[in-house]
Order: sequence, then structure tokens, then C-alpha cells
Amino acid sequence: MLSYALRRIAGVFPTMFIIITISFFVIRMAPGGPFDDEQTLPPEIKANLEAAYGLDKPLTEQYWRYLAGLAEGDFGPSFKFKDFTVTELIAQGLPVSLLLGLFAILLAVLIGVPLGTLAALRQNSAVDYGIMGVAVIGIALPSFVIGPLFALIFGLYLRWFPVAGWESGDLSYLVLPVVTLALPVIAYIARLTRGSLLEVLRTNFVRTARAKGLSERQVIVRHALRPALLPVVSYLGPATAFVITGSLVVETVFGLPGSGRYLVQGAINRDYTLVMGMIVVYGGLTLLLNLISDLLYGWLDPRVRYD
Amino acid sequence: MTETPVRGFWGDAWRRLRQNRAAMTASVVIVLISLLAFFGPAFSPHPYDAIDWDYMAVPPGGGNDHWLGTDRLGRDLYVRTLHGVQISLQIGLLATVVSLIIGVLWGATAGYLGGRIDGAMMRVVDIMYALPYIFIVIILSTLFDRGNIYVLFLAIGAVGWLTMARIVRGQTLSLKRKEFIEAALASGVGTWGILLRHIVPNVIGPVIIYATLTIPQMILFESFLSFLGLGVQEPQASLGSLINEGAQEMESAVWMLIVPAGFLVTLLTCFNFLGDGLRDALDPRDR
Repeated sequence: MLSYALRRIAGVFPTMFIIITISFFVIRMAPGGPFDDEQTLPPEIKANLEAAYGLDKPLTEQYWRYLAGLAEGDFGPSFKFKDFTVTELIAQGLPVSLLLGLFAILLAVLIGVPLGTLAALRQNSAVDYGIMGVAVIGIALPSFVIGPLFALIFGLYLRWFPVAGWESGDLSYLVLPVVTLALPVIAYIARLTRGSLLEVLRTNFVRTARAKGLSERQVIVRHALRPALLPVVSYLGPATAFVITGSLVVETVFGLPGSGRYLVQGAINRDYTLVMGMIVVYGGLTLLLNLISDLLYGWLDPRVRYD
Repeated sequence: MTETPVRGFWGDAWRRLRQNRAAMTASVVIVLISLLAFFGPAFSPHPYDAIDWDYMAVPPGGGNDHWLGTDRLGRDLYVRTLHGVQISLQIGLLATVVSLIIGVLWGATAGYLGGRIDGAMMRVVDIMYALPYIFIVIILSTLFDRGNIYVLFLAIGAVGWLTMARIVRGQTLSLKRKEFIEAALASGVGTWGILLRHIVPNVIGPVIIYATLTIPQMILFESFLSFLGLGVQEPQASLGSLINEGAQEMESAVWMLIVPAGFLVTLLTCFNFLGDGLRDALDPRDR
């Protein structure tokens, strides 16, 4: 187990390195540059600007410089937000984004697992069909549809929550974004839980637990649910990637000052360093959480063997 | 003496699919929406990008010939939405076909050749898996001139093949030990011949299921990018860009959000039901 964990942790670094390398060169292949939009910029000034940021150097030299900067934790300056470094921009937005993602995943687990359990225990009943039907729609609905609709219904018509915006410390601004982000994950977790619980309920050890006279509650909670939740645990890694993706939209729809919007803005503005910084931070985060979810799986399931 | 009708695998699957009411309804709805998208605009007097100065941001059913109302610039929403459905469907199919071809060939090759080549090829897949898909898509979207969305979606299809490659590789691994492959080898068929004539046709079942589930994904990516302003550009419309415009105007013109969102949700739900139905029909063990 320990050697497996160490090997997995060591495996993250080459993956990260490859991601950084490929994205660095692909982004630079894009037509246009960060200073193209500023109209009527005399060529000399543009050349000076590019020289100041080192953009006139050969690409490979820029690449090594960027890597050297990264090794010291320096993401470089932003080309568009001229007074800020990429590190400052991301450090400002990331806490909001992390809060959003964390709440969304928590909510998804806390609601998805009980719903799936309920559907499995009442298999083929109206409750089951109801929950699974809603789940299919929940998975099919993209966040950029749910988001505006929620803002419309709960923000504009019912006035329960703010439509959009952000005030530090006021969590009511987070309710609609979190629910929007969590909804498809809730649906997916409910489906996973239902499927695997149905399978576990047919196994011999559940029959044994029932035969020795345990209450149904104990059979489900103590014996059946634990192995049934393994697929949910391994889904948490991909779920994180999903939540990160969704946060790009949700932050736009609800006007949250998170860091997700920098990826899109950076891509549109050819703000090379900002896009790279986002890829390094979000990519690293995804790799890390996938790793944690895999290791957790191995720890929870004694049947998993490593060699 | 009664003869038992002979039912092959496909006949069986077709029968099971027909009995699945949700999947059948879904496929009928998909066909209807597609027909409407391609032929419906012809019935309206308005082109998708024409500005009607007399009717700006009018709601549906206003007693004029803008059946689903107009947007803030006075463009007909019925025609624009159908135009968007057209683009979304085309891009979804195009990207799916591209990802299908690459995924099947990649997975079959890796699985059949095995060894180091397999290891290297699947390592590539693992690395691309590690990054949220949308990152790759956003990076790629910067590479192309805005407006040329077809090229962009060839590229998106070209990164959307990962899961397909994994599925096909798994199937190939079990197929390659079968006797008929051995027979083909013995009669001197080359590697490519075996891959294309013997392996690929035998993995078609799971490929079809996954392809049906890939189409809505691709439609979703297109809408997602257009929503963020990275995909289809004005005056062209796709469901994503229409939803984005609608979301900005929802306080005053809620129909601008509801109409395209309704089409998108219906399409996505139907494709998902159809995919689920196909899975149950082609893989009855799952039930």
C-alpha cells in the first residue's frame, strides 16, 4: 500500500510536466498575441512591450524561463491585468472558487447518497422511478441552463436569494451557485449509490446479516452501505474535475469573483501567463484530488491489492 | 411441426429496444426536432440574421409572424433557435464521428498489439484524462479563428475519443484470444486486416452505445463554449450563444432564455434516454 501510494504520488509530477509543456507550446501556436487588441499601437512600442515581457526571445528560451519561474512559485506577470501578477490574481479568486466547489461536493454527497439508498430500498416503486427520472434530467441539464433558471425563479421571482454578486462573509450569495453546481453531481451519485446498493443487497453477507436477526436499519447502514459506497468514493475524483469545469460557468452566471473566469478571459485575450497559471493550478488540483480519491478507495476496500 | 423463428443478436436487440417506451419516444422526438431544425426555418418569412426594426424584443404569441418572439435586436427567435439547433446537431454529429474513428482505431490497435506499444498508447490516454476535458477544449479553441467552428469541432472530436479508446481496448483484449482470430492469423491475414475486418466489427455494439452518449456530450461542449463566447460567433447562433443572450435579458425578456434552453434540454434528455435504451437492448446482462 505504502509503496503503491508513493509510486502514485511520484507519478503526478511527470504528468504535470507533460501537461505544462504541451499547453505552453499549444497556446503559443494560437494566432494573435496579448498586445494585438490595443489598437494603433506603434510597432516600436509593441516591440518594446514584447521585449519587456521577454516575448521576443526564442520560444524554447521562454519555456525554460517559465519553468524556472514556476519552480520558485512565480507564475509571471499578467499581460492584460497589467498591475497584477498571475499569482496575485489567482490567489484573490481561488478561495471563492474552492469554497464553491467544496460546498457543492459536500452537498452532492449528503443528498445524493440518501436519495440513491431510498431508490434502491424501494426498487421499482414510484419513489424509485421518480428519483431516477429526475436524476436523468439532472444529469442532462447543463449548469449554464440550470444557473440562469435558478437565478430567475429563486432570485428574481421568489426573491429568496440574491440573483448574483458577492459579499465577503455573506453565504446567501453562495446558495444558488452551490446548488446549481451540485445538482448534476447529486443525480450521478444517486444513480451510482442505487446501482451498487442493489448489487450488494443480493450478496451472501447481507443475507447472513439478516439471518442473524439484525434490524433492517443495521443491515443497511452497517453492512450494505459501506461496500456500496465504494463507487461513489472513486467517482469523487472525476466529480471534482466536473465541479471545476462547472465553476467556469457558474462564476460567470452568478457574477462570483472566483478564479474560474480567468481561464476563459485569458484564452480570449491571449494572456499566455494567466492561462498557463490556471492550467497549472487547476490541473494540479485535479491530479491531486484524483490521487486522493484513488488512495482512499484502496484504504476503504481491503480487497484491492497492489503489486 | 412449428418452426422456431431464428433471431440473431441484432434482431433480439431491436426487439428489446422497441419495447423500451422511453427510448422509442426519445428517438421520435429527436427525429422530429431534427426535421424541424432543417426544414422549419423555410416556413418563416424571416432569415435568421435579419433585423426587424418594428418588432424588437417582442414576446411569443404577439399576433405577428414572429412565432416565438424576437430578441433585443429584433431577430426572429423561432428561426434563430432552429438555426442554433441545426448547428448544434451538425457539430455534435461531426465531433462524435471524429472521436469514434480515432477512439476505435486507437483502442483496437493498442489492445491488439499489446506490450510496450499498448502501454505507451494508454499512457497518452491517461495523461489526457488527468486534465479536465474543458481545459483542452479551451486551449484548442484559442488555436482557431473564431467563426470557423467546424475546424474547432474536428479538434474537439479529436480529443473526445479517450473513453471510446478505453472501451474498445478492453473488448479487443478479450477478442484477440478467440479462435477466429487465430484462424485468420493462420490463413495469413495481416495485422491491419485482422484489426479492420475481425476486431472492429466485433466491438460495434459497445461503440454504438457509447456513440449515442457522446452526441449529447459534444452538443453540450459546443453550447458550453458558445455560452462562454469561445464558440459560434455573431450573427451565427447556436443553442449555447442563444442561452447566453437569454440569460442576460431574462429580467425583461424571459422567453429569450426559455426557448433555446427548452430545445437544448429536450435534445440532451432524449439522447440520454436513447443511449440508456440502446445499452439495455444491446447488453441485456446489465438489467
